[in-house]
Amino acid sequence: MTAAVLFENVSRHFGTVKAVDAVDLEIAAGEFFAMLGPSGSGKTTCLRLMAGFEQPTGGHIEIFGETAEGVPPYRRSVNTVFQDYALFPHLSILDNVAYGLMVKGIGRQERHRAAEDALAMVKLPGYGQRRPGQLSGGQRQRVALARALVNKPKVLLLDEPLGALDLKLREQMQEELKSLQKSLGITFVFVTHDQGEALSMADRIAVFNDGKIQQLGTPEDIYQRPQTRFVADFVGSSNILSSAICARLGVPAAAASLRPEAIAIGTSWAEQLTLPGTVTARSFLGAVHRVSVDCDGEKIVVSSPAAMPLPDIGAEVQLAFSRNDLHLMEVA
Amino acid sequence: MRSDRSTSAPLGLKVAAIGGLAFLHIPILLIFLYAFTTEEKSYQFPPPGLTLQWFAVTWNRPDVWAALTLSVKVATIATAIALVLGTLCAAAVSQTRFFGRETISLLVILPIALPGIITGIALRSAFSMADIPFSFWTIVLGHATFCIVVVYNNAVARFRRVSGSLIEASMDLGADGFQTFRHVILPNIGTALLAGGMLAFALSFDEVIVTTFTGGQQSTLPIWMLEELIRPRQRPVTNVVAMVVMLVTFLPILAAYYLTRDGDQIAGAGK
Repeated sequence: MTAAVLFENVSRHFGTVKAVDAVDLEIAAGEFFAMLGPSGSGKTTCLRLMAGFEQPTGGHIEIFGETAEGVPPYRRSVNTVFQDYALFPHLSILDNVAYGLMVKGIGRQERHRAAEDALAMVKLPGYGQRRPGQLSGGQRQRVALARALVNKPKVLLLDEPLGALDLKLREQMQEELKSLQKSLGITFVFVTHDQGEALSMADRIAVFNDGKIQQLGTPEDIYQRPQTRFVADFVGSSNILSSAICARLGVPAAAASLRPEAIAIGTSWAEQLTLPGTVTARSFLGAVHRVSVDCDGEKIVVSSPAAMPLPDIGAEVQLAFSRNDLHLMEVA
Repeated sequence: MRSDRSTSAPLGLKVAAIGGLAFLHIPILLIFLYAFTTEEKSYQFPPPGLTLQWFAVTWNRPDVWAALTLSVKVATIATAIALVLGTLCAAAVSQTRFFGRETISLLVILPIALPGIITGIALRSAFSMADIPFSFWTIVLGHATFCIVVVYNNAVARFRRVSGSLIEASMDLGADGFQTFRHVILPNIGTALLAGGMLAFALSFDEVIVTTFTGGQQSTLPIWMLEELIRPRQRPVTNVVAMVVMLVTFLPILAAYYLTRDGDQIAGAGK
């Protein structure tokens, strides 16, 4: 089966800045794929390379088996939902959604009917006669989505689609995007700096840093088995145990990652590993307490359920965790 | 209630304001008045009598028609050139980044900052050196130099507000460069171009200095008026022409003002 998007050794350099550097990537058809990374990591440039707004300085790109280099954006069966939505302020909502069909030369009645259907799909039926300025941020987001989907793209690109929405709306849109993608079967590629968003929506995630992919895998892989310190740090807030601590635990490694929620304070079974330490700080986060523990000068963060007894600052505690939760890394 | 807007201004300020406005506008009313006077050699006040005969006289003077036609032609062509070049230049400066962009921006605006007499002399000597005979087209070129600035200034301000992602969105949705220009760029900058074009037309229509230096034997309407003032015969004809010119140029400028004002609202609606 041909890949929806294929990157072979793709680079995009701006002078000496390597925005994207020798990236290999294969996105399967029908996949919900996330590109996750901090700003300036190259994830948005990768999206723009897929859309055709940027041309690679090296390497080869294919979209459903067709070479994409040199093909302008308007000849790609790819559509984009822009971060600022980029709705045309001079057109009504209906004409915004019908724009792609209009430039293809489809008659007014037919394209308006298709646009109405697309608006109904994003739960904005009857909004066609309004102007973009009269809609809320969440509604404009849906219009942008309808405007892209009405063209029936093979790949839908989403650039930080939920970045400007408030928390509640964001969670709701996450679910809607996910179910929309499932029902349409279109490949979705979305860019985000929010790891929670990537973990909850994506089938697979590529974590970007400095123009390179640090790790590519399922959300479970990325979260539980980070391969580099960067991924462990960026996705959630893993503890990184140094080689000295690893040696004390009897697991020789250059470094190891350990999730805060995998650690228990005080309880200890025979098969568990333990580390003694001193509580240095604690804070209440709602469902959990976040407790910082100092072990031989290294800070380890523990996420302890709020129902558990909370040690005082300065208390000597035992940290207990299973060997299976300790993920060894080859490089420190 | 210090912020109460209905608080009346001091009497002195009112008088000064009315005086200032009167100083600006009474001379214009006098122009209108003397279009109807029966005395044709001098401007005596009050006019000895009122008549409508000068409108008929003006209508039948071929030199008025020749000057008017020339002015309209020059202004139309100079405005057309300015619209094309000014828009292209504004697009380049506001939508792309290249070496020397700020310098180009400054160089484009410079002709309007230069005194007309400098532009006039510079163009005249350049045309003579290049052996270009002074003609209708040299006047058009001279006018285009400052018309471009007006269009450019209007267009560049509007272009800055058309976010780059609108153009990308249009391309993304399948529109090529021409379709994007027609369906996205033009509707968004259209009123700015219309306003810029009308101002350019009005500027060209009453230009004297550059025309004097770049013209050959032709007289545009303002130059014809200047010549008429020296001759003490049928003076009210000049007033009639002045009145018509005022009405004809005032309306487009008023329209330009309202158009750009509405344009602000349209551009602001997307925010």
